[in-house]
Amino acid sequence: MGVPSKSKQDWINGTFEPAVKRAPERQERFEGSSRIEFKALYTPEDLEGFNYNEALGYPGEYPFTRGAQPSMYRGKLWTMRQYSGFASAEESNRRYRYLLEQGQTGLSIAFDLPTQIGYDSDHPLSEGEVGKVGVPIDSLQDMEILFQEIPLEKVSTSMTINSTAPILLAMYIAMARKQGANPAKLNGTIQNDVLKEYIARGTHIFPPRPSMRLITDIFKYCRESIPRWNTISISGYHIREAGATAAQEVAFTLADGIAYVQAAIDAGLDVDEFAGRLSFFFDAHNNFFEEVAKFRAARRMWAKIMKERFKSKDPRSCTLRFHTQTAGCSLTAQQPHNNIVRTAIEALAAVLGGTQSLHTNSYDEAYAIPGEEAVTVALRTQQLLANENRVGDCIDPMGGSYFIETLTDALEKEATKYIENIDKLGGALAAIEHGYQQREIQESSYQYQKDIESGKQVIVGVNKFISDYPKITGLTRIDPAEARRQKEKLARVKAERDQAKVTAALKRLEEVARGTENTMPAFVECVESYATLGEICDTLRNIFGVQREVLVF
Amino acid sequence: MVEAVKRVLVAKPGLDGHDRGAKIVARALRDAGMEVIYTGIRQTPEMIAETALQEDVEVVGLSILSGAHLELFPLVIDQLKKRGMSKVRVIAGGIIPEEDVSALKEIGVSAVFGPGTPTQQIIDCVQGS
Repeated sequence: MGVPSKSKQDWINGTFEPAVKRAPERQERFEGSSRIEFKALYTPEDLEGFNYNEALGYPGEYPFTRGAQPSMYRGKLWTMRQYSGFASAEESNRRYRYLLEQGQTGLSIAFDLPTQIGYDSDHPLSEGEVGKVGVPIDSLQDMEILFQEIPLEKVSTSMTINSTAPILLAMYIAMARKQGANPAKLNGTIQNDVLKEYIARGTHIFPPRPSMRLITDIFKYCRESIPRWNTISISGYHIREAGATAAQEVAFTLADGIAYVQAAIDAGLDVDEFAGRLSFFFDAHNNFFEEVAKFRAARRMWAKIMKERFKSKDPRSCTLRFHTQTAGCSLTAQQPHNNIVRTAIEALAAVLGGTQSLHTNSYDEAYAIPGEEAVTVALRTQQLLANENRVGDCIDPMGGSYFIETLTDALEKEATKYIENIDKLGGALAAIEHGYQQREIQESSYQYQKDIESGKQVIVGVNKFISDYPKITGLTRIDPAEARRQKEKLARVKAERDQAKVTAALKRLEEVARGTENTMPAFVECVESYATLGEICDTLRNIFGVQREVLVF
Repeated sequence: MVEAVKRVLVAKPGLDGHDRGAKIVARALRDAGMEVIYTGIRQTPEMIAETALQEDVEVVGLSILSGAHLELFPLVIDQLKKRGMSKVRVIAGGIIPEEDVSALKEIGVSAVFGPGTPTQQIIDCVQGS
């Protein structure tokens, strides 16, 4: 490879600037969400001192910048996993089987808000929310219906569940046993990430200390009982959706990761006993190159954190594996079919960034949860990228681009600054209690809104290229009768179960929760007795108390 | 005559944690010179109406993205009426399908702002009341 015949500065002086004088650039400054400047051109000069081995290495090897797995998508494509669930276990099961028939390769379960916050469907606070944003799960019976005729040993299941994660995981295990599946062969993920609930998502129940204990109990239990399970999905997605920049998304997520690793070590686990089962979840937003660089930077940063901070010796512990969802907040209600294009480009960024699994949003989601036609287009988008556009055929195809490598470095540097700030405040949890992450996110979110309103950030169809547009039809509506049926089902379960067993199981859970034993076996016993999610959570609320929102405004 | 500073409550009814929009609107109204009280997430209709009463607001802005608007907004409005606040203007925003807007207006929601609404439009609406 030859060296450039002249310096970049010579080109700027001799060719670029005279041209810009004749025809000015469109903007005074070009930049991504993280305010890192995008220069006009990157050349080998921008990578002076760049050390290939330290910065990149090889796919499947430390520091994993180029990819988490050795062969990436040449062997197995990323898992196509559409987040889905609504109305009832019956309806959601139908949707899952439809998606699998359409070529989806993994499941992703959306639970309704009462299930996520630990209320049964007949609780007063569940009014209006049953089955709205996900499937309602009151007891093991709902879980049995949800997974009817789904081959659990063949399909991996991701569950977006946090505060009630141990209960839903216990239900999954109990249901799998009933189906005759071998627990050792179960593949899947629970989100189980309470810190980002405090920061950005808002489905927390318990205070931090007992919440962290439930999480580390899961780390321990899974290691012995369901070794292929991803015990947590440390999530930047919701942090980004709440308004964070790309650098903040990476920083706050990895800082949460550091807190979980430390908590598990403090609970007596050796780092390499559990760290290989940690997984991550990021957003794929609209600033294309910044996003590709972000995924690469996150992988490299996590590898270094695990090796240098936590002295991990196992490469698996240093591997950041992640799920991606395209940016819900980038979707517009105006000219909704443009959302298909937005999603496709965001999905491309995720794949070029080396994601392990992917959810593509549906074009109607600025109005309602997706309809069948819209979700099919979203899934087809991934199938197009993989099969027609063949974007996964070469590993880390953006690697080596002067721009991408410079941007990857810059994002790492920027994110590292935020992690240092969090360290100074005493770690992720202490910083949350100070409102640090929440305030940073709010500032970025407000700035983004101001940029949209000033026209600096163009949103097609919203602040530029506005036109009349036909209304979209076929929006999903949840029949209010679904909530009524769910309550009736719950009443039947309560009437038919062995009440003595339920009382004994809940009492056992109470004892364990008050002590130091692992809580997971007690959760399994509870759900097998058909104790309801609300009953189990009430038991824990009585012991642990509840956490109020750290309100930052 | 100098018009009194408007007092506005921005509230999140139900279990929905999506607060990005509510916080942006609350801050934009505050930056426009209004006194804004933001409830935080997971508020019951009773809590919202009680705060509206205690804070003596003229406008209540409800933000919801979970799809529970048709169930929860009427309950908030009932609770406001129970406290003698039928004159308080209720406006709303979030993920609300256009076909639901007329039903919400019938129960007394005076304006519904969908995704992509410029904050100035909301400020004008609140100041015009």
